[in-house]
Amino acid sequence: MNLTFSQKEKFKNILFHVLVGGFCFFMLYPLLWMVAGSLKTSGNALSATLWPAAMQFSNFLEGWQGFGGVSFATFFRNSFFIAGTATLGQILLASFSAFGFTRTRFIGQKFWFAIMIATVLVPGQILRIPQYIMFNQWGWVGSFLPVILPQMLPVPFFTFLMVQFVRGIPTELDEAAEIDGCSKFGIFFKIILPNLKPVLVTAGIFRFYWSWNDFMTPLLYLQNVTKYPVSIALKMFSDPNAITNWGAMFAMTFLSILPTIILFIFFQRYLIDGVAFSGID
Amino acid sequence: MNNKFGALDSVRSLDAGMSKKKWIKENLTGYIFILPWLIGFLAFLAFPLLRSLYYSLTEYTIVGDPSWIGLRNYIEIFTDDPKFWTSLKVTFYYVVFAVPLRLASALALALVFRKARPFTNFYRAAYYVPSILGGSVAISVIWRQLFSSGGAFNDFLVGMGIMGDRISWIGHPDYAIWTIIILAAWQFGSPMIIFLAGLKQIPKGLYEAAEIDGAGKIQQFFSVTLPLLTPVIFFNLIMQMVKMFMVFTQVYIITEGGPLNRTLVYAVYLYRKGISNGYLGYGSALAWIILVLLTIVTIVLFKTSNKWVYYESEGE
Repeated sequence: MNLTFSQKEKFKNILFHVLVGGFCFFMLYPLLWMVAGSLKTSGNALSATLWPAAMQFSNFLEGWQGFGGVSFATFFRNSFFIAGTATLGQILLASFSAFGFTRTRFIGQKFWFAIMIATVLVPGQILRIPQYIMFNQWGWVGSFLPVILPQMLPVPFFTFLMVQFVRGIPTELDEAAEIDGCSKFGIFFKIILPNLKPVLVTAGIFRFYWSWNDFMTPLLYLQNVTKYPVSIALKMFSDPNAITNWGAMFAMTFLSILPTIILFIFFQRYLIDGVAFSGID
Repeated sequence: MNNKFGALDSVRSLDAGMSKKKWIKENLTGYIFILPWLIGFLAFLAFPLLRSLYYSLTEYTIVGDPSWIGLRNYIEIFTDDPKFWTSLKVTFYYVVFAVPLRLASALALALVFRKARPFTNFYRAAYYVPSILGGSVAISVIWRQLFSSGGAFNDFLVGMGIMGDRISWIGHPDYAIWTIIILAAWQFGSPMIIFLAGLKQIPKGLYEAAEIDGAGKIQQFFSVTLPLLTPVIFFNLIMQMVKMFMVFTQVYIITEGGPLNRTLVYAVYLYRKGISNGYLGYGSALAWIILVLLTIVTIVLFKTSNKWVYYESEGE
């Protein structure tokens, strides 16, 4: 067979789309299946087909009722509150501390910096028991404090990420401001912070995702249904021994991932560049 | 280097006649800036970590106070706790299959997306989506239903005549762990993006040179791409391994550690024993064991890395 170069390219492109597109469908199938399930009638919700026999939007209304007299409106409000405060606090405080590590000088700087790097990989699960005992003694169990505060104060990962970024900002800017009589705080808020926008967005989105999806800490510390975030509510709501209304369960599952998907669509660039730059997962 | 870390400079500038007042102010400013991190570190990491070391040496349950028993928890774990060994075995099994599967998928797709074609950006984003949903309860719930006996996976198999009867994949002692491994492999988006960034760094000239030497595409992959990518592979390996060693939410929701403890990963066992059952001292010992183990595995990987990870500056 004698193919010209452009024919060969064309063939390769078609092959690429068939293979990559086909595999893409396979990859997204679980998500499409969930969306379809949210529209199917309950008895039919688990079947493999992606096309509901009869579209039914009532699943959303039924699911939204929640359980124990508490609706998903409450669960979503709690999740937005937890993830929102954690995100705002984290990006502001982590960049503040990152400035301290790179643009100020103090005794012990090298030591503290080394400690921070060394703790990047310490898994949170190791600390659950002593943290639980500690928060219990402080009387914090049952409140949002033990869920939000550890996610709000600078965690090593984001602090290090911001340190990397601050180092890339030319010091000439600081020096010029210093000559103009700007204090270190002025330099941080007026010069560094505005220049950190890309990394603030990237870190912010990931902090939001992780806090939004956080399951273990609310499981440990929140005892009252009215304080549950979506993650816990979904687990309760989908308990295989209790549930029969699969359509409603899928509808709420779908709603629970919507904020993540919407953020992804709007900030895709920041996310993908951020992962490439820092290796966030 | 001294400017970056500053400590020496501060001392020096004091010698050079910087006024004491200014020196204090400089140090104070620095500590005010790192204070948020310092508080978080001391209160939520260092203090709990040290306390748990103490608790691990005590008998301490949710109803009583800690009482010192020395190494008895550790001795019991190693000599008289079959579930500890089971959970270690399950976790290693999971890590040994899930990490390479995820990294291999990530690398394969990164190679596919390396050349810009129409819609590449769309595909890349679509493949990345499972990754951002990560350890969410939503995905675990979907997974559980997908592989349940009434779920879509059985529909496929039965419909295509591969299987006669429906089985519960998440309830089967041999297959349950694989539903979780497949979930991990499915979420290869982040390492894929990191591999893509790494591939971009490889100089085009090297491929041209290899081509002149008569190397085919496959040979080019093994003699150029793979060696130059080893630093990125190593980075991904460490990150993914540490994360997967502590897998929790997915297992807790999909299989709850069952059936017959065949998916009892370490984090689930730790949670059950230490928190649900309230053995705080014993659980602290379990936590310290996995922390030490993880540290050892990481150090060993770093030590072996200079045997297989290629660094450009070497030997030049």
